[in-house]
Amino acid sequence: MKFKSLIITLLASSIFLTIIICIWKILATLQGLSFTNLNFNLNLLLSLGLVITCVFIGKKFNHNLKIFVLSLSFSILYTFFNENSPMWFSVGVFLLVLFFTNKLKKYDLKYLNQDFISEKIVFEFLSLFAIVFFALVILFPFYIMIVTSFKTQTALLINPIDLSIDFSKNIFEIFKSYFVIFKTYDFGRYILISSYVSVGTVLITLLFAIPAAYAVARLNFFGKTFLSTSILIIYMFPAIVLVIPLYTVFSQLGLRNSVEGLLIVYTATTLPVAIYMLQGYFKSIPKEIEEAGLIDGQNWFGIIIKIIIPLSLPAIASVSLYVFMIAWNEFLFSLMFLDNPKTFTLSRAINHLTGDAETPRQYLMAGSVVVTLPILLIFIYFEKYLVSGLTAGSVKG
Amino acid sequence: MSSTLSKIEKRTAYTLLLPAVCLVFAIILFPIFANVWISFKEVGLKDIRIPEPRAKKIVKNIQDSNSELKIIYKLRNSSLIQDIREVRFSDKLPKNIKPVNLDKRCEFKSQKVKCFFGNWEAGYRENFEIFVKNVNNNAINSKYIKSNKPDLNGKSNNILLTTDFTLKNFKNVFINNNFFELLMTTFYFTFFGTLGAILLGIFAAQLVNQKFYGRTFMRSILLFPYVGPVVALAYTWTLLLDPNSGTINSLLVNYGVIEKPINLLGQKYLIINILGFELKLRLALTTVIFFEIWRYFPLAFLFILARLQAIPRDLYEAADVDGAGPFRKFFYITLPQITAILSILFMIRFIWNFNKFEDIFLLTGGASGTLTLPISVYQQGFAVSNIGMGSAVSIVIVLLLITFMIIYFKLIGKKANEI
Repeated sequence: MKFKSLIITLLASSIFLTIIICIWKILATLQGLSFTNLNFNLNLLLSLGLVITCVFIGKKFNHNLKIFVLSLSFSILYTFFNENSPMWFSVGVFLLVLFFTNKLKKYDLKYLNQDFISEKIVFEFLSLFAIVFFALVILFPFYIMIVTSFKTQTALLINPIDLSIDFSKNIFEIFKSYFVIFKTYDFGRYILISSYVSVGTVLITLLFAIPAAYAVARLNFFGKTFLSTSILIIYMFPAIVLVIPLYTVFSQLGLRNSVEGLLIVYTATTLPVAIYMLQGYFKSIPKEIEEAGLIDGQNWFGIIIKIIIPLSLPAIASVSLYVFMIAWNEFLFSLMFLDNPKTFTLSRAINHLTGDAETPRQYLMAGSVVVTLPILLIFIYFEKYLVSGLTAGSVKG
Repeated sequence: MSSTLSKIEKRTAYTLLLPAVCLVFAIILFPIFANVWISFKEVGLKDIRIPEPRAKKIVKNIQDSNSELKIIYKLRNSSLIQDIREVRFSDKLPKNIKPVNLDKRCEFKSQKVKCFFGNWEAGYRENFEIFVKNVNNNAINSKYIKSNKPDLNGKSNNILLTTDFTLKNFKNVFINNNFFELLMTTFYFTFFGTLGAILLGIFAAQLVNQKFYGRTFMRSILLFPYVGPVVALAYTWTLLLDPNSGTINSLLVNYGVIEKPINLLGQKYLIINILGFELKLRLALTTVIFFEIWRYFPLAFLFILARLQAIPRDLYEAADVDGAGPFRKFFYITLPQITAILSILFMIRFIWNFNKFEDIFLLTGGASGTLTLPISVYQQGFAVSNIGMGSAVSIVIVLLLITFMIIYFKLIGKKANEI
């Protein structure tokens, strides 16, 4: 038996369990439980005890019975040594330990005798920890965003870490912030404007990009290599260096404060990447299909409409979703160009809300949920297309 | 025959390209060059409005007579800075209605009052009156008269089109505004933001490349920070980090980790004592960099994951046979396989982070030591209202960008095409 790998296994797994339980405790604090001490050392000792028993028992008993009894005794001990806590918290601890001991299934003294086993085990627990870490780090702000939007200003001021939702109130009370932002702050209108701008940008971009991408992909003309390299270079120039000249020119032309002005700018800034992505796909379509079309007497217009577009629908979907996302999330130009509340996009409207320091934060968060939710739903639904769009377009960001 | 075919092909290509090229030229290339022009001028935000002659029409009844009316035009020059030359005015009157005792500057022709007002200096105002009378002595419909809007036009200088140039803006950028500190902040932000995002991206990609329950779900949520709108995310983070009642500070105080809340976004320096040495950490800048890493590591993750999945399986199988552990496999197989993509990613992300505006702007607005070049463009141009200075800073950004791109294409331009 290798002593070193035993020690490493014990330490890695018990530290992992302790951290998971600490995270659970912190999350419970946000539900209004008044814990003030994580008891890290004590819980580490408890976990160590659990892992040692688990490993030494090994496969001598029925696995399910073993993990059940062990988890139950662990959670009873845990509840006994820590502050008073409600039932659901202890049940959570029990489930976590159950999951953990199930992971330890194959670990017994014999298994720990293999080569490189300590490295493997550390790697395994690191991966598990990384899953928890990434999920927490990413989802936590989104969780706070949603939960805060259901709170009231006074409740947040009295206890800022109690983010529990009071379900005893009626549904209008719970969703009050949403009613307020739609009624008082006119968010319905901003949703419409944002959708109009985003969809419009997608359509105009496609209208311009498909013919241009076809020309770059298929036709021979003077300056072709120059053009295709400059597409990417142009794409690298950021919006911030365009803002001042565009602001001055648009003010003088009276295009500021108009949705059309935004449409023009969004289209132009997304065109290079749209052309770049589409031409790559067009090149992969066999030339013979087009030649057949040419023989049938089609001109370039017919070829694009009847052959190229139907064959490259997946690429067009990727480009559309990517452009939609950029237009929906865009902030800089809408900040610069729009100062009349009648023409605000959602992003600009939320920014406008913060301009008034008196605006309660739950309204701000409700607005944030309203702008975030549609784009996340679209992302989840069309993930395949958007991911390929992102990968191709992620030179930008 | 073939030459005519190629001619047709060329013509088709140009027709197809023309709309896109024109638009990109007008909205992207033209502004970049316009920046050069503006940066050599002394222009403020208020100067860019073209002065216009304006008139507000007020119709007043005259006592005891409903066949006569007084029309008052409140005339003014919309600009307080610039003159308008050769102002012309015209307004239409309904049939049968004629002006009485018309001003000398005006004449009445085919039911129109036409006036020539000459020069209006900056801030010019005048109440200009006309009396009108119905020829048939009938009542005048005053609403109808009011509904006609007068036409005014005049000539004025557009400050952007004059040819006075100055080097003052560039002098200000390089000398007066702590240019070195600005540059260093930008580089800190860019470098550490890029590095952190790539490191976190490697971890995430390595993680998702393994098999575990909920892997596809994990891959989706890893992209959330990038897909979500920057406005919503930045404000959520501001709220989380808020010193008064932000969740993170409250939690840390609650568990006794810190005694007093830390203003993570509003405090410039944090002094840390390590072994008697005092270290000054740029606190707000570090927080902003962490937000940046959080928001953009998904892109690095996507790229690296795509590369990881293309590494041949048999490499790892051979390593298994040789008895290599997971860490060795990572350092001796995975890492060498992804160095090329990492270097490209680093360059591209470096350029993009260098230009980042929204994130810092929404989190701190450039306060407490987080002023970077892009924020400076906004501050000079719109907060200080000095368009010329803003453009000069933009020019500095463009020049630095061009330098980065040249380095990029020299170093790895060819490799980029292979991947």
